[in-house]
Amino acid sequence: MATLENTAPGALLTVDGTPLKVSLARSLRRSKLRGALLVLPAMLFLIIIFVIPIAQLLSRSVDDTLVNRALPRTFVAFESWNRQSLPAEAMFEAIFLDITTGEKYTVGKATTRMNYEKPGWRSLIKKSGRKFKKKIKGPPYRDAMIKIDKRWGDVTFWQTLGAMKDPQTLGYFLNAVDRQYDVNKHVIMKEKERRVYVMLWWRTLLLSLIVTVGCLAMAYPVAHLLATLPLRYSNLLMICVLMPFWTSLLVRIVAWMVMLQNNGVVNSTLVWTGILDDEDRLSMMYNFTGTVIVMIQILLPFMILPIYSVMKTIPPSYMRAAQNLGAPPSLAFLKVYLPQTLPGVGAGVILVFIVAIGYYITPELVGGKDGQLIGNMIAYHMQKSLNWGLAAAMGTLLLAAILLLYWVYDRIVGIDNMRMN
Amino acid sequence: MALPAYATAPQRLWHYTYLGICAVVLFFLVMPLIAVIPLSFSTSPFLHFTPEFLRLEPDAFSLRWYRQMIGDCSDPGITTVCSDRWKDGAWNSLRIGIAATILATTLGILCALGLSRPHMPFRKGIMALMISPLIVPLIITASGLFFAFAKWQLVSTFTGMILAHTVLGLPFVVITVTATLVGFDTNLMKAAASLGGTPVRSFFKVQLPLITPGVISGALFAFITSFDEVVIVLFIGGQNQITLPRQMWSGIRQEISPIILAVATILVILSILLLTTIELLRRRSERLRGVSPG
Repeated sequence: MATLENTAPGALLTVDGTPLKVSLARSLRRSKLRGALLVLPAMLFLIIIFVIPIAQLLSRSVDDTLVNRALPRTFVAFESWNRQSLPAEAMFEAIFLDITTGEKYTVGKATTRMNYEKPGWRSLIKKSGRKFKKKIKGPPYRDAMIKIDKRWGDVTFWQTLGAMKDPQTLGYFLNAVDRQYDVNKHVIMKEKERRVYVMLWWRTLLLSLIVTVGCLAMAYPVAHLLATLPLRYSNLLMICVLMPFWTSLLVRIVAWMVMLQNNGVVNSTLVWTGILDDEDRLSMMYNFTGTVIVMIQILLPFMILPIYSVMKTIPPSYMRAAQNLGAPPSLAFLKVYLPQTLPGVGAGVILVFIVAIGYYITPELVGGKDGQLIGNMIAYHMQKSLNWGLAAAMGTLLLAAILLLYWVYDRIVGIDNMRMN
Repeated sequence: MALPAYATAPQRLWHYTYLGICAVVLFFLVMPLIAVIPLSFSTSPFLHFTPEFLRLEPDAFSLRWYRQMIGDCSDPGITTVCSDRWKDGAWNSLRIGIAATILATTLGILCALGLSRPHMPFRKGIMALMISPLIVPLIITASGLFFAFAKWQLVSTFTGMILAHTVLGLPFVVITVTATLVGFDTNLMKAAASLGGTPVRSFFKVQLPLITPGVISGALFAFITSFDEVVIVLFIGGQNQITLPRQMWSGIRQEISPIILAVATILVILSILLLTTIELLRRRSERLRGVSPG
């Protein structure tokens, strides 16, 4: 609290004698504090229920402590191995002790992880775990172990330990782009028949691009019509745009199944009108084409609305002025109208692309085999194969791509300008 | 957008082509939803139009899928699984949706009020955080929540579903209410305060009534998002939380039965009613403000 003594003479004072400057600063501080208190509940809520869970998920993508906890002695012995010839007795002893004395649950989990590096590890250790105690009473271990299972004599198994020796790994990220570590932790391509993910990333990118371009091509004329018609008619047409927007996603997917399946509405109409023969009905469901068609319809409103809201602000007199100055309509459109709509186009394109690239439901239901995207692969590794590290790595890559686009979006339109109605 | 009288023939041709393209696109948007409606009244257990149905034979029409949807299993010709699951799912969705909407609206209004203060620090950063649930793909959110909720014993619980759906609804409320607050005259709050109103009382008596349109549209978005949400419920719903979308999901994946068309028809009609109501309300408010449409 400022007192009268340390106040410069002649300074403006408020009623209670505080200098105006101090008083204003205090009220500004109080206002900021109040604002912070209002924002706080929502922020805390989001941080606890949204940010932390996602951060923890993403941290799984580099976490490799499990194997190290399960096989501590082995990784110590690994350091002094030349990594070329079969390891010496000491390393056999280390892994023998790790397997036989380690906690069963931890070792079991670790073998799942080891199996990602080289299929066969899990069955090898499971089998060894059963037989070691019964058949091997004491050192030397090396020959006894190889006798139980030949794979202990296979140097390639031992070499895969190199990829797992650090508590943090980029292995899941490498796996997500079809690469892996060799024994010296150099990055190499996976074997040809195990490469699937790069193709999947490209497919996701390609599908998102096709969907975005398709949406743009269809949205532009409709947005123009909506923006230039008198309000009375455009509101009616707007309902046509908004109705799918407000209808449940799953309902729209069911509706498309009715339309596109082999004896669905589209095929039956084509056959009935004689355009198609009964035998060569188009297959438009459960494949790439189906995913594209359905996703375009689902995401079209996201493209129409931002373009529409920008076109709405362009006065029609600009086009008339351009034509008045001698430009043919097409030139007037290219030089005058189109550039002004670009902010809306940019917003719509990025919005649709962001949503499309992370799509899961539609490809899962109508994609069939060749319409599966990265999102589906994440779900597969989360729910079926339980390779959570890989799911997390793919999620991190996807999220990084989306945040980059989001940043671009913010640059073009600004998140403050996001409108919902 | 009428064609001027002096338009040349190519211009006319282009104009009609353009109208044709627009018609095709609008048709593409709406057609599948319309096609579902008649098919839901078909007797046939398949998802396509049978010849009898197209010849409009009375036998081909029935309400059997609607009866099965509400759990009436007295139909002798039932070939699919008939149970109360659809009804229960709808109720569960409604309960989760309402609870999540209330929570999201409360948090969202408070947050928007804070963000709209003139001297709010880190405004942009906070806004970006608030919008982030819309940007992050649902599959990533769902995976993250799955691990967190497993740790907190929230998987397969009602509370867990509400919390997760609140996260998804919050951005809509924050966006719409912040946008509405831009047009709010803060002098009104000062006037209320000078008349002796406490901040809380002036908020409820003065500010809230004026920003109601924004609040309602935000709440509506939040509710629809929750009511239509399927990815998160697949991940954290467990055995206990069967919602309507989840029931539809398993309906599509496992037993493709026309019950799903009946549900779809009802949802399409609900969304048409909703839109018409909004449009009528909008026209009414414009009329009251003395602005005539068109």
